[in-house]
Amino acid sequence: MINQDFTNTLLLTGRLAGWTTAILFVIGFPIAYLLAYKRFWFKPVLEALISMPLVLPPTVLGFYMLVAYSPQNAFGRFLEQHFNTRLAFSFQGVLIASVLFSLPFMIQPLQNGLTSIPKSFRETAYTLGKSEFTTFIRVLIPNMIPSIITAAAMTFAHCIGEFGVVIMVGGNMPGETRVASIAIYDEVQAMNYQAANQYSFILFIISLLILTLVYSINGKKKIFF
Amino acid sequence: MARKKSSFDMLKIDIKRAMLTSEGKTNLEVTAEIQDNELLCLFGHSGAGKTTLLRILAGLTKPDKGRIMFNDTVWFDSEKKINISPQQRNVGYMFQDYALFPNMTVEKNISFAQKEKNKEDVDKLMELFDLEVLKNQHPAKLSGGQKQRVALARALASKPNVLLLDEPLSALDFDMRLALQHEIRKAHELLNTVTCLVSHDLQEVFHLASSVILIKNGTVINQGKPADVFSNKQEYGI
Repeated sequence: MINQDFTNTLLLTGRLAGWTTAILFVIGFPIAYLLAYKRFWFKPVLEALISMPLVLPPTVLGFYMLVAYSPQNAFGRFLEQHFNTRLAFSFQGVLIASVLFSLPFMIQPLQNGLTSIPKSFRETAYTLGKSEFTTFIRVLIPNMIPSIITAAAMTFAHCIGEFGVVIMVGGNMPGETRVASIAIYDEVQAMNYQAANQYSFILFIISLLILTLVYSINGKKKIFF
Repeated sequence: MARKKSSFDMLKIDIKRAMLTSEGKTNLEVTAEIQDNELLCLFGHSGAGKTTLLRILAGLTKPDKGRIMFNDTVWFDSEKKINISPQQRNVGYMFQDYALFPNMTVEKNISFAQKEKNKEDVDKLMELFDLEVLKNQHPAKLSGGQKQRVALARALASKPNVLLLDEPLSALDFDMRLALQHEIRKAHELLNTVTCLVSHDLQEVFHLASSVILIKNGTVINQGKPADVFSNKQEYGI
């Protein structure tokens, strides 16, 4: 039997993954562009910071996010005083943490996509009088579609499975922060294995479909030469 | 279709740039004046600095020192810290790999290059380079010779001040090279200005160039008419 709580949890999981992917889509392109084509002294530090979620336990980021959100610290106090908002244990708080924790899943495929495009494409566009922005929109983006789909799919799939950051920052509040991965843990703790199985099966199928899409796109990737 | 000329065109080059070659560090040092309607060939072995010079002219590589002028416009001046961007130089640059945009058809590749959209000009260029039947094809489906013709047409579509061709025929077989030399000459005559061509094929130089700069390890060994420059081949290590 599918109840309202089950549906709400899955919708919340989709909402978190969808918003995270959308936000990262907007901020991911400029960062990936910088990393792919520009030289600056703190580039290795920026690359390391973006890749940290790949090696860092999610609870570490979650802990620091909680500390930052606390009204006893500058960022949390600023939000409370100016916006009357507390981010700890809220959907918005989880969303910010999710965006930070999913950065490498969006940025690395986009960066790889940009660097795989021959330099002569960009340089030809420049000699034809096109600005960096026009070149980006008209030449680079259309020639890295598989990388863009990979980036979006991997980010979405990773968000769906996110556990550590969400439970640290958001806890387990139904309708607000209780996403599917937390619901599975919760149902197992309550020895409600049937419900845990329903959530698990849905996550398994969604993740499988997304990864199959990614691999089939990459298999057909255009080769320039 | 040809660009509007206001005067007698001249490109003055006096540059120096450190280069890393297979024989170690060296300096590319070139001083030259390229006159209106001249089809200049940069000739030399691989790693001599020909492509670097072409990239410097296009604004894609920055020289360490010197000055480049096109007519009265300063493109680069190290003393005055002037280095105008490739976008502002208005050059037609053709890469060795042709760099046709895979997402665009032949027609779109050419029209993309135009500063002001003009379908009539695109049609004329496609007719001139015999590309009409290929206009809806994407570059992946074209042969090497067809790609070269599209790249030439695209370089001309922006009505450039200077046409820069980096080994435009190197990826083609011998018969195709002979056939497409004619297309390069056609492009040069249509543009009616300065063309610089990188080559290490003597036959190509004698067939196309009105003048030649012979470069060895970054240094200009000789320059002038091809017959004069190559009068003693052994002396120049060819």
